[in-house]
Amino acid sequence: MSAPLPIPLNTADPLVLYGETFASRLLLGTSRYPSPQVLENAIKQSNPGMITVSLRRQGTSTAEAHSGFWDLLKKMAVPVLPNTAGCHRPQEVITTAQMAREVFETNWIKLELIGDDYTLQPDTLRLVSTAETLIKDGFKVLPYCTEDLILCQRLVDVGCQAVMPWAAPIGTGQGPLNPYALKLLRDRLKVPLLVDAGLGLPSHACTVMEWGFDGVLLNTAVALADDPVAMANAFAMAVDAGRTAYLSGAMKAQQSAQASTPLVGTPFWHQS
Amino acid sequence: MRVIVNQITREVPDNSSIDDVLLLIDAKPPYAVAINYEFVPKTRHAEEVLHEGDEMEVIAPVTGG
Repeated sequence: MSAPLPIPLNTADPLVLYGETFASRLLLGTSRYPSPQVLENAIKQSNPGMITVSLRRQGTSTAEAHSGFWDLLKKMAVPVLPNTAGCHRPQEVITTAQMAREVFETNWIKLELIGDDYTLQPDTLRLVSTAETLIKDGFKVLPYCTEDLILCQRLVDVGCQAVMPWAAPIGTGQGPLNPYALKLLRDRLKVPLLVDAGLGLPSHACTVMEWGFDGVLLNTAVALADDPVAMANAFAMAVDAGRTAYLSGAMKAQQSAQASTPLVGTPFWHQS
Repeated sequence: MRVIVNQITREVPDNSSIDDVLLLIDAKPPYAVAINYEFVPKTRHAEEVLHEGDEMEVIAPVTGG
């Protein structure tokens, strides 16, 4: 079977974050792929709007294993979104963000402030003030958060121009666990909303896009697929399909059946 | 004097700058530096002098989710 064609860039209905335009509503993580070549092919195949990146200590096995990553980033020329993964305190987040800004030469930051190591749930009590500090320091903050309406509203209040609630805990692939809260968020908040974390299937991505979310950010569901390149392509198509469906206006679900084939003129029909 | 670089204790000459220590550990760009949890921009690496017990972090780009 020949490889599918790469997903084309979407210029008619771009994702707009902080006034900047992105040609895809899929944001793709770069971790856990079987090889750098597979990562590169997955990016080429899915054409994500941004790719997420991170920072680790030089001289460690992690950093050594990624020695070619910088060259790959330069070669791919896709906008990067550094994260603050693994940070448990606001000061760690702020310093990591400032270091990322210098290394990656970007003001974008995916704010991760972990409150619980078991679920990787964000520290919702300190997330808002941390986001505010970063915004005052000139960052374009995309906060990874829970689906709590008030939390998300407060993040918007302090200047976040987009919010990224989780669908489920990072890396679980469970899909949206709280559809009610996510749909409520979409109804109540006017800023761009991206579902970040917990998606496992293209149908999950399609579903949240059908609900009106503006984009999705995912990593593990692609990286750990048997064929990450094909799965990246599937997610990109699912995101596009969900977005198109949302814009198309879905029919209202009904309880009783309604024949789609005209009844008038049905052969062999007799009035009883 | 002793400083801690990426959690490893190292003996460095007194009045060593960040650049001196980066040279000592053979840091390879791109990198960024923090001292005692505070970011220090590269424009200050030549002038910023370390002190006994300082904790220096030198980080590099890696993949992320």
